[in-house]
Amino acid sequence: MRGCLLLILTFSPVLAIIGSLVARRPRVAEHLNLAASIVVALAALPLPFLSLGGPHLYWDGYVLLDPPGAWVLLCVAIVYLLSSIYAVGYMRLLDEEPRLYVFYALFAGFALTMLVAPLMNNVGVFWITVELTTLVSTFLVGFERGAESTEAAWKYIIIVSAGISLALLGTILFYWAGSLVLGPSYDMTWSVLGDAAARMNPTLLILAFLLVLVGYGTKAGLAPMHTWLPDAHSEGPAPVSAMLSGALLNTAMLGIVRFLAITDRARLGPIPRAALVILGIFSLFIAVLFIVRQEGVKRLMAYSSVEHMGIMALGFGFGGPLGVAAALYHMLNHSLNKPLMFFGAGNVMRSFGTKEIPKIGGVLQRLPVTGVLWLAGAVAITGAPPFGLFLSEVTILRAGMSGANTWAVFVMAVLLVVIFVGFLNHFRHMMFTPQIPDPVEPDRLSFWCIAPMWLAIVPLLVFGLWWPQALWHYFGAVDHALGGAT
Amino acid sequence: MLITHLSPVASSLFSLLAIASLLAAFVMLGSRWIMSYLYAFTAQSWMIALLSAVVGYYGHYPELYFIAILTALFRGLLLPYLLLRIIRRLHVARELQAVLQPSSSLVIGAFLVVFAFIVARHISASLGLLSTIAVLALTVMLSMKLIGFLMLAIRHEAISQILGLLVLENGIFLGSQILVPGMPLLIELVILFDLLVVVASFGVLVRYLMVHVGSTSSRELKRLVG
Repeated sequence: MRGCLLLILTFSPVLAIIGSLVARRPRVAEHLNLAASIVVALAALPLPFLSLGGPHLYWDGYVLLDPPGAWVLLCVAIVYLLSSIYAVGYMRLLDEEPRLYVFYALFAGFALTMLVAPLMNNVGVFWITVELTTLVSTFLVGFERGAESTEAAWKYIIIVSAGISLALLGTILFYWAGSLVLGPSYDMTWSVLGDAAARMNPTLLILAFLLVLVGYGTKAGLAPMHTWLPDAHSEGPAPVSAMLSGALLNTAMLGIVRFLAITDRARLGPIPRAALVILGIFSLFIAVLFIVRQEGVKRLMAYSSVEHMGIMALGFGFGGPLGVAAALYHMLNHSLNKPLMFFGAGNVMRSFGTKEIPKIGGVLQRLPVTGVLWLAGAVAITGAPPFGLFLSEVTILRAGMSGANTWAVFVMAVLLVVIFVGFLNHFRHMMFTPQIPDPVEPDRLSFWCIAPMWLAIVPLLVFGLWWPQALWHYFGAVDHALGGAT
Repeated sequence: MLITHLSPVASSLFSLLAIASLLAAFVMLGSRWIMSYLYAFTAQSWMIALLSAVVGYYGHYPELYFIAILTALFRGLLLPYLLLRIIRRLHVARELQAVLQPSSSLVIGAFLVVFAFIVARHISASLGLLSTIAVLALTVMLSMKLIGFLMLAIRHEAISQILGLLVLENGIFLGSQILVPGMPLLIELVILFDLLVVVASFGVLVRYLMVHVGSTSSRELKRLVG
């Protein structure tokens, strides 16, 4: 059953890639991709609950289905589904019909790498899959082939490759630390490293963990290694931005979380968690600086991603059952909310023909449905009730109160308030400033551009009002799989 | 473990190869000509291939011979060839607007090596490996990493940045051959293959840069700020 679902999960994007490349027709490619994303979402939905009851190993132990991985997988599948629906509507507006089949092949390939990465049991292979996500997505970021998108793609691949090479160095040092205990050759899986961690040399482990943290932190968009993120997220087509922000960052975060679990079992003292908390706070700080004075619509959303990755880092950094649960809940909510924000931004940018906030006004009159949904999404993403992110952020604050890094809770609360004001101020301008008269009637947005926004906002509202009991149990299992009580 | 009981001959061979690779990194740092970067990188790759073979011989890891052959083929021949093709297409012979003069970057590189040595000594001391080759291997690994980052920071030509990244990777590969020769074959193979894909992607992107930005110097990449 589980093995079957995993096969379906990985093979449907593969079929979509092959189909797109063979058919070479834009309509066929977009429907194949859409079908693949629906199948992936259906297959991923039960996985978190099927992953309970111990880690499940497949294919000679190279594939691992465990609660933390299954959760990231679910988030990726949700974002893939939403983005694929949106892409059908949005990509038709771009006038790139002849190359569209390449886009969908790359898009499915990007989803495939992100679906495979959380399943990797071998630490080295995990690194390789994360590296592959960069290579595939670079070409999606540069798809529009303007000067800006090419620049963004170049910065993205250089900065992320350099950063992720630090993670490789850290991984090798982990292997070395293990080989001093376990002998020169062994299978470098998460559980083997975790079991041997207590006997490894602490100085070496701290160095290795810090390298891994900086490496995967670059990929996860934690400041000060976030510099690629605003460019890549703002210059790719809107569905790609949604995938980068809602899915890719979580995949990298999973790497940090798994290594953090290993260092926890080695009992290295406060340094690893404090480092993660400091990166989280710094990300929030950088996000505040750039959100308040931001002029680009999608760059605003990109800095909001830096903010939310910072919040997740804080949740995992505070740790404990409450911190882990809240960070995972935040991950799901962010994966629902950020695509919504990018879709809204995409619709508005198409309709107004600009990506600069000062030139946008009167969105509510011009695009009533998009406007209302986008505004609701903005309220949600700044952490206001009654949406899911409010619950997860408050729970992270609560988790922090009982840990060693209480100072971070107060800083986080202040920064969140500033972000709330700064972010919504931009929306006040875009929504309620009287519209500059424009004789050109805007294109009517198709059903495909609106539907995914509804699909995102409804669960977000539900999760804000009701945190299902089953999820608490599940988060408890994740915390247990990561090493339990710290 | 291999590094704790090495014969003096093996130990000095390892040291020679590691230091020679570090020297190649300094050649890159001290030059402005892109072709000399490429030659230095190629020499470095061959030295790493040789190191793999020597480690395989003295450590009795037959699979390392295979890795040595593949390293020589991939890093020593195929990658330089791909890079050469990119260079020919670019018509850029040298780094024009380096932030630092080669002489000052050599000095900074020397400081980075000293820093790497201090870190390596500290780590080896805590492992009780102070009198082994681990100190040298860690020093070379970390300093090539730092020099690679230095090159990324002070060089603007696209091709220099790609080579900077490759120096980062070479440093890791070199260190891992000495420190963890028993690393599973599969991982080393896939990392080698991965490198090839990376350089192929870079080749495509450099072409885009030429067409859409009109330059391959990252100084011209300043549209996206804030």
